[in-house]
Amino acid sequence: MNADKVLDAKGLACPMPIVKTRKVMKEMDSGEVLEILATDKGAKADLTAWAKSGGHELLDSQENGDVFSFWIKKG
Amino acid sequence: MTVKAMKASEIAKKVINNEPLFILDVRNGDAFADWKIEGGNIQYLNTPYFDLLDGVEELVSELPTDRDILVVCAKEGSSVMVAEMLSEEGVDAAYLEGGMKAWSEHLEPVKVGELQGGGELYQFVRLGKGCLSYMAISDGEAAVIDATRMAHIFLDFAQEKGAAITHVFDTHLHADHISGGRAIAEATGASYYLPPKDAEEVAFEYEALENGLQVTIGKSKIEIEAFYSPGHTIGSTSFIVDHKYLMTGDILFIDSIGRPDLAGLADDWVGDLRESLYTRYKDLANELVVLPAHFMIIEELNEDGSVSKKLGDLFDENHGLNIADEQEFRDMVTKNLPPQPNAYQDIRKMNMGQIAPDEEVQREMEIGPNRCAVR
Repeated sequence: MNADKVLDAKGLACPMPIVKTRKVMKEMDSGEVLEILATDKGAKADLTAWAKSGGHELLDSQENGDVFSFWIKKG
Repeated sequence: MTVKAMKASEIAKKVINNEPLFILDVRNGDAFADWKIEGGNIQYLNTPYFDLLDGVEELVSELPTDRDILVVCAKEGSSVMVAEMLSEEGVDAAYLEGGMKAWSEHLEPVKVGELQGGGELYQFVRLGKGCLSYMAISDGEAAVIDATRMAHIFLDFAQEKGAAITHVFDTHLHADHISGGRAIAEATGASYYLPPKDAEEVAFEYEALENGLQVTIGKSKIEIEAFYSPGHTIGSTSFIVDHKYLMTGDILFIDSIGRPDLAGLADDWVGDLRESLYTRYKDLANELVVLPAHFMIIEELNEDGSVSKKLGDLFDENHGLNIADEQEFRDMVTKNLPPQPNAYQDIRKMNMGQIAPDEEVQREMEIGPNRCAVR
């Protein structure tokens, strides 16, 4: 999936993946897609809930070995 | 600014003593709804940490000033952040060291009674997950029953008591938590016993836990007698310890009874479950003190934090033991069951020695509440 920006949050523990995602997202325009790479196991549930509460859309997620990828469209 | 950490052991004391506490749980709503720190005098507020990144000013007015505030998250990181933010707003709040993971792993040893000849019986209460394990100590020897994954706690405890663990038992193949039994046996050279009917697919050597098996612990001969009581699993076996205590495994709890579906055979095993509860247990002495392998709700705790009750009282009070109609019983334990425990199939494989994931994965597998009972 194409992304306008990629955030590497691998190796970061909660809450940092969301803190960084939020920061990058603030600088993006509505409709743009951010790809996030993370290894924290809690990231999936938290990013899903965060995107929902912030009005963003989680387009897709994938798991490759230890690394999770998420694509979130800014709302 | 530094904020105070509160250990799982301190919270366990508060829960047991019914002390007031306010928990600000900053995990996401689903995680909180699924599983939280339970206590009779705990007030809760669930606000996910990611909704607090802009500040906690609005939250402050919702916090009490007359009780301790504890911030809780899954692993610790977010609760430290939120506690620090609160501290900057002048609110004194602690965070749970190690998060819900530490809470899930904390065991509180409670002495449940004396055994003849100076022996002692301990119950290890896993408040965060509702698991109960046991250690019978007599004359420098110890037996461990239904040990949880944190084997070192049992090893250290026996060492403190100057006892060598000689026998390790699991009443059945557990599906809700990872057994520490094999690890304890390996570390001590003790024999590890499993009911053979639950162990047909295990990938390691074990001793057969058969009906009528008797072992003695220590010179004063504390007798542990095995008693076949299927229903939760086909191999489920109870123990009568020192002619006084009845360890029921996952067959009978204080305020509920075992569920027959975690190995996939609810309809086949419901008859066994009924016979174990309504015939085999009914024939035992009412004076036996029931010691189950789980509790489900905090109300099942006695004042000292232990979980136990006389068998006769359970026949009077436990709803699951008082359903005269067989069909009604069958429906209760096979229909409308609570969700199955997290990762229960992998947990069974782990307990059969078929998989050996690393510790972090094992922790994840055990996340969430215990769900072995039907009420």
